[in-house]
Amino acid sequence: MTDQKVKTKMKTEEYFVNMGPQHPAAHGVLRLLLTIDGEIIKNVEPDLGYIHRSIEKMCERDSYQQIVHLTDRMDYLSSHINNEAVCLTVEKGLEIEVSDRVKVIRTIIGELTRLASHQLWWGVMGMDLGALTTYFYAFRDRELINDIFEETCGARLTMNYFVPGGLMYDIHPNFVKRTKEFIAHFKTKLPEYDRLLTGNVIFEKRTKGVGMLTKEDAIAFGATGPVARGSGFASDIRKKDPYSAYDKVDFKEALFTEGDSYARYKVRIMEMWESMSIIDQLIDNIPEGNIKEPTKAVIKLPKGEFYQRVETARGELGVYINSTGTKNPYRVKFRSPGFSNLSVLNHISKGVKIADLVATMASFDFVIPDIDR
Amino acid sequence: MMNIPLNIVSTVHDWLFSIMPEGVATVTEWIIVAALYLALFAVIGLYLVLLERKVAAWFQLRLGPNRVGPWGIFQTIADALKLVSKEIYNPARVDGFLFKIAPYFVIVGALISMSVFPFSKQFQAFDINIGIFFLFSVSSIGVIGILLGGWASNNKFALIGAMRSGLQTISYELSVGLSLLTMVLLAGSLQLSEIIEVQRTGGWLILQGHIPAIIAFMIFMIAGTAETNRAPFDLVEAESELGAGFHTEYSGMQFAYFFLAEFINMFIISSIAVVLFFGGWLSPFGITEGITWFPEFLWFFIKVLIIIFLMMWFRWTFPRLRVDQLLTLEWKYLLPLNLVNLVIMAVVIWLNWTF
Amino acid sequence: MKNEDLQNIINGLAENLAFSEEGSEFLNVTIPKEALHNVCSQLKSNSDLDFDYAYCITGMDWGEELGVIYHLESTKLKHKIVVKVMTDDRENPTLDSVWDIWRTAEFHELEVYDFFGVKFNNHPGLRRLFLTPDWDGWPLRKDYVDEANMIVK
Repeated sequence: MTDQKVKTKMKTEEYFVNMGPQHPAAHGVLRLLLTIDGEIIKNVEPDLGYIHRSIEKMCERDSYQQIVHLTDRMDYLSSHINNEAVCLTVEKGLEIEVSDRVKVIRTIIGELTRLASHQLWWGVMGMDLGALTTYFYAFRDRELINDIFEETCGARLTMNYFVPGGLMYDIHPNFVKRTKEFIAHFKTKLPEYDRLLTGNVIFEKRTKGVGMLTKEDAIAFGATGPVARGSGFASDIRKKDPYSAYDKVDFKEALFTEGDSYARYKVRIMEMWESMSIIDQLIDNIPEGNIKEPTKAVIKLPKGEFYQRVETARGELGVYINSTGTKNPYRVKFRSPGFSNLSVLNHISKGVKIADLVATMASFDFVIPDIDR
Repeated sequence: MMNIPLNIVSTVHDWLFSIMPEGVATVTEWIIVAALYLALFAVIGLYLVLLERKVAAWFQLRLGPNRVGPWGIFQTIADALKLVSKEIYNPARVDGFLFKIAPYFVIVGALISMSVFPFSKQFQAFDINIGIFFLFSVSSIGVIGILLGGWASNNKFALIGAMRSGLQTISYELSVGLSLLTMVLLAGSLQLSEIIEVQRTGGWLILQGHIPAIIAFMIFMIAGTAETNRAPFDLVEAESELGAGFHTEYSGMQFAYFFLAEFINMFIISSIAVVLFFGGWLSPFGITEGITWFPEFLWFFIKVLIIIFLMMWFRWTFPRLRVDQLLTLEWKYLLPLNLVNLVIMAVVIWLNWTF
Repeated sequence: MKNEDLQNIINGLAENLAFSEEGSEFLNVTIPKEALHNVCSQLKSNSDLDFDYAYCITGMDWGEELGVIYHLESTKLKHKIVVKVMTDDRENPTLDSVWDIWRTAEFHELEVYDFFGVKFNNHPGLRRLFLTPDWDGWPLRKDYVDEANMIVK
């Protein structure tokens, strides 16, 4: 009787799990179809469109002043910077040069917006990983920035303050004083954030080595912003193609080469320090000048194509306007940073665990209206 | 003034036996004690929930519930009323019988564990001579309830959560057991009231045992927090990841059972720590020994509350560990450390280096 | 690298290329659709050109033709170029996919397909990304009519 060794291989089946669209850790309405084998992820397929509002189609029927207001709602955490992108494109088409005062104010407000967006990101990252208290600390400080904006622009989230040609009205007299107080206050708080989360052993173990993205992949997938800078791809538009007053200030580009979630985290913390340094350099010497250059009531861009890129808190936002000389643009395309960053997710999530996917998504900092437009 | 606490138990006992025949009186006694423990379970559970919310609020720079009653004292009554009045429905295709009995396993495990605690010299329901051993074995019954709940829910997320929890609890029970064993070596007995007697004459066990006892305490706190599925080991109910884990499909009173049971487990772990390390119901340095009418269970509760505060502090400060990091911590770090500590304690006792 | 030098190098890569610089701040190259994949892979692999970063991929409806506009940049040599490709078949427009050259094209071509109806050869999985799978029509085309959802001034 032959003695046969029967080898039975344990068969495990893959199954589909739906993460979202209602989910505490998906930052907005994003649906991810995960194919999981036990705890290991085999495939991530995003399903978008839950907050698609056809902004590009609406821009084809609205006037140039009106399309600025549609961009607030795309990446609502960097709403000023989105407005700035469209205003700069239209000004490029009309060949208007705005005054130095406008440039400096646009830069200061853009950096304050970047600070507010990174504060919210920091709070949410802690919360996603389980340290629920960080959310409250971040929002307590973010409220101060919202108060400054409310005084000057009148709104806390969708602020329509930049118009093609300049600003809608001058800054409030208290703006400079309150901004300086806020910067002095926040400089004492940011080291507190570092002590709470950055040096924590559990946090480091959850984020170091998680979600590795190489520099070549970052360039190939078109990832920009802190995602790319954490992998060594120097993609900061403020350094590459400076706009507004960025060529007059001195700041370092946050660049790390490890490519994991911890590097992306460090990039954003360093960007917060650099933003405060930029504001410090500009806040005391806002030059005098025109608030708004005169434009016609009905703006018509000459026939041609115009492209302008800016650096939002999430990465490179590009605005492409194709005009045929009429009062509405013929085609507007918004190159959103989140869309390209999302395409990286499937590539870097093969073979990792679900908890790592949550940590990676937290470090990518998605805002879904930015992806869906 | 009469020794009121001393006399309550014996007064009631005598009175019952005088008015009823013996068998009936014994049964009545059992029923009274059981009802008392159920009430204690409910009240402690509910007020720990309120304490957790208040402590969380203070850490997060806000006030917490303060509308319902002064300092929000009646908030838990409002919460209990809400939970009781919720509709209990059974989702389609759940395994009916298992689904219904799963919460009861957890409660029964917690209640039996609570029955052996020495709240004070007189208030101890069960003073058996294998006290610690019994306590430890019975508190593991809760795992069955979690696994059953996850399986019977017919829900992928609940099943993942239940499996993770089962994994975690079984691993960390080893550490809990070994650190308890270290202290039992020092005390010399498994019976809980004996252990407290040893501490009355010699000082708290954590001071008697110095270094190995302190290490045992730290390991016990880590492993105990993991046993109760609290942060930083709360993957089971990681809200940011998988909905609500194994109790996703439960609602109303059944959810309340799981929820309360988690807090009671926290109470049990803290009580074990207090009895074994910090002297149970004894007052520090014996300051109220002479005052005979002083209710000693007050000291017990004060010490337990301090340890519970420590556990809540952990929860609101640290992020969460991942499943494999959790298991690495236990099997590669805590377990060897525990074994070495046990040997050190044995050596310390043999060489008589205790205080 | 200056636009004239770029134009000289790229002119040698294929026939029938049309260059233009009017109405735009970059050099525009219009490529016939049969040569798209060939020219694009040379744009990336040629070490003098080295266009490795596709920063904007736009679908476009020029009225009679449909097509795609690629904005390309080189991260090392720091020059930019705009590549346009079009097809005048509006019933069944098909173009080559460049996702194997620039991985970012995978998602952007899904967006172009979703809104313009342009199919891409050799794409790993063409599907509707933003709209529901049973949506009828291609919304960003100029001749799209939707009485219920569009508000026309």
